[in-house]
Amino acid sequence: MAVASDRTGLWVLHPIHGVLLASTIPLFLGALLSDYAYTSSYEIQWSNFASWLIFGGLVFGGIALVLSIIRLIKSPQRSGLSFIYPFLLLLTWIFGFINSLIHAKDAWATMPEGIIFSIIVVLLACASTWIGFAKFGVGGIR
Amino acid sequence: MKKRFLSLHQDIFKVIAGIALSALLGGCVDQDPDPEEYGPSPTLPKPQRGLLPNMTIAEPTPWKDQLPTVPSGFTVAAIATDLKVPRQTLVLPNGDILIAEGKGGHAPALKPKDIIAGYIKAKGTTPVKGGNRLTLLRDADGDGTYELQTVFAENLDAPYGLALVGNNLYVANQDSLVRFDYREGQTQASSPPTKITDLPSEINHHWTKSLAASADGRFLYVGIGSNSNITERGMVAEANRAMIWEIDAETGAHRPYATGLRNPTALTIQPNTGTLWAVVNERDEIGPNLVPDYLTSVQEGGFYGWPYSYWGQNVDERVRPQDPQKVASAIAPDYALGSHVAALGVDFSESSMGEEFADGVFVGQHGSWNRKNPVGYKVVFIPFRDGRPAGAPIDFVTGFRDENGKTRGRPVGVTVDPKGALIVADDLANVIWRVARSTNE
Repeated sequence: MAVASDRTGLWVLHPIHGVLLASTIPLFLGALLSDYAYTSSYEIQWSNFASWLIFGGLVFGGIALVLSIIRLIKSPQRSGLSFIYPFLLLLTWIFGFINSLIHAKDAWATMPEGIIFSIIVVLLACASTWIGFAKFGVGGIR
Repeated sequence: MKKRFLSLHQDIFKVIAGIALSALLGGCVDQDPDPEEYGPSPTLPKPQRGLLPNMTIAEPTPWKDQLPTVPSGFTVAAIATDLKVPRQTLVLPNGDILIAEGKGGHAPALKPKDIIAGYIKAKGTTPVKGGNRLTLLRDADGDGTYELQTVFAENLDAPYGLALVGNNLYVANQDSLVRFDYREGQTQASSPPTKITDLPSEINHHWTKSLAASADGRFLYVGIGSNSNITERGMVAEANRAMIWEIDAETGAHRPYATGLRNPTALTIQPNTGTLWAVVNERDEIGPNLVPDYLTSVQEGGFYGWPYSYWGQNVDERVRPQDPQKVASAIAPDYALGSHVAALGVDFSESSMGEEFADGVFVGQHGSWNRKNPVGYKVVFIPFRDGRPAGAPIDFVTGFRDENGKTRGRPVGVTVDPKGALIVADDLANVIWRVARSTNE
């Protein structure tokens, strides 16, 4: 499932893990852009799009979260970095979940909390993905 | 746009802190002390909603040998069973009873929430498929037992509102108003119905089309519910919704008679005055004690607030764009029945119901979902004086929930039988209850 990285001595991410992790950015970013479109047009369909994009982010991000925890448990050597990564992902998922509940409200009741949380979740998703890719890298499969 | 975002920014910490707090405390902070919220000027708390709406869906349980509770001097009996989702009833001149059976609506799920909420709410309703038909009951010997139960007409589309004018039997389907030729004594319609007019039926989030005929029979009034709780299906979906149409019975020509009525689920004409009255279900998800469902006389041309405001000029912040002009013109209804009670039936009483219940209206309350402590699930009597509601609602039929909080039945339509009885449709147990005076014994 994972191979020791030459750079850090930590395991690199499996490509599927990497894809799931990276997908949280476009999904949560799409939700944020949809929220923006809703606030500027009051066109309800954007709010529906945001709800589903958040849902998608939670599904993919949730699997990445589970993989990251398994990886942490199985890892032969643990540094601070190996804890930060699943922790950030967990934080992304929790805020994403709260955001999905906010988006389940009717019409403008989703605002302004909805767009504020969408911003936070995008930032958290970027941070998680950055750590995952920059610190561990992806590969190990041929 | 920029300004809006600046103010968003300022609120950011307040909002996050508030949400974290409400997420931590969950439902615990929510107290619904059941304030006496009925009457002409109810106290309206501030709107509130946590991360999850309050929901209590009472698990269905059969009546078995139990019966609803009725006032002393009355008896109650199931006069029809094994129906297919009975909603509204009509007592014909010869004493026969017609029952509209069906289940309508084809609103698609737009958000993940719609799928989850739909699944949860369905647990509190019957699994039986709507009959899309009219059933006729007959008690030929007048002993209170309706020995004949037969299908009067079928292949309708979620029929709901019923009205008889002379030989014309009008039925409001979820998509059209139709007319049957009716001759007294008929047990089966002699021919398929004639369409008078189409009714707005796209999406049909609130699908029930309530119906009443004007005193002179010239006009028909049809209540058309909104296509959403509070515009979450978009403003375009609300064209021709949340209003009462006045329809020319001859030509089918129609115009809005009153607007801004979120879901006018039952209509009736007041004897003597000829005034149109309605019970209306108000919006959900802004707290256990908002917004009161109501009983009101319907003013021609009146605007009753939905979606922009409730109970007169109380602005609903969930609606964008807002419309201050419409809000300014909104009229407050006559009488609050209580929030979330889900009034689905209304009928004026008459002297045959006995002195205590002679002057007033009966209201069937289907019962709440958007509340921790359920309300409704009963039939109440609102006493009238000088043609206006006067005084607190009196419980008339109760016992629809058992002592363990399970639901045996859910009242919908109520119809006064001139012989001195109230006919109550129960769409959970699929039963018709007849609450009759027992005075002559």
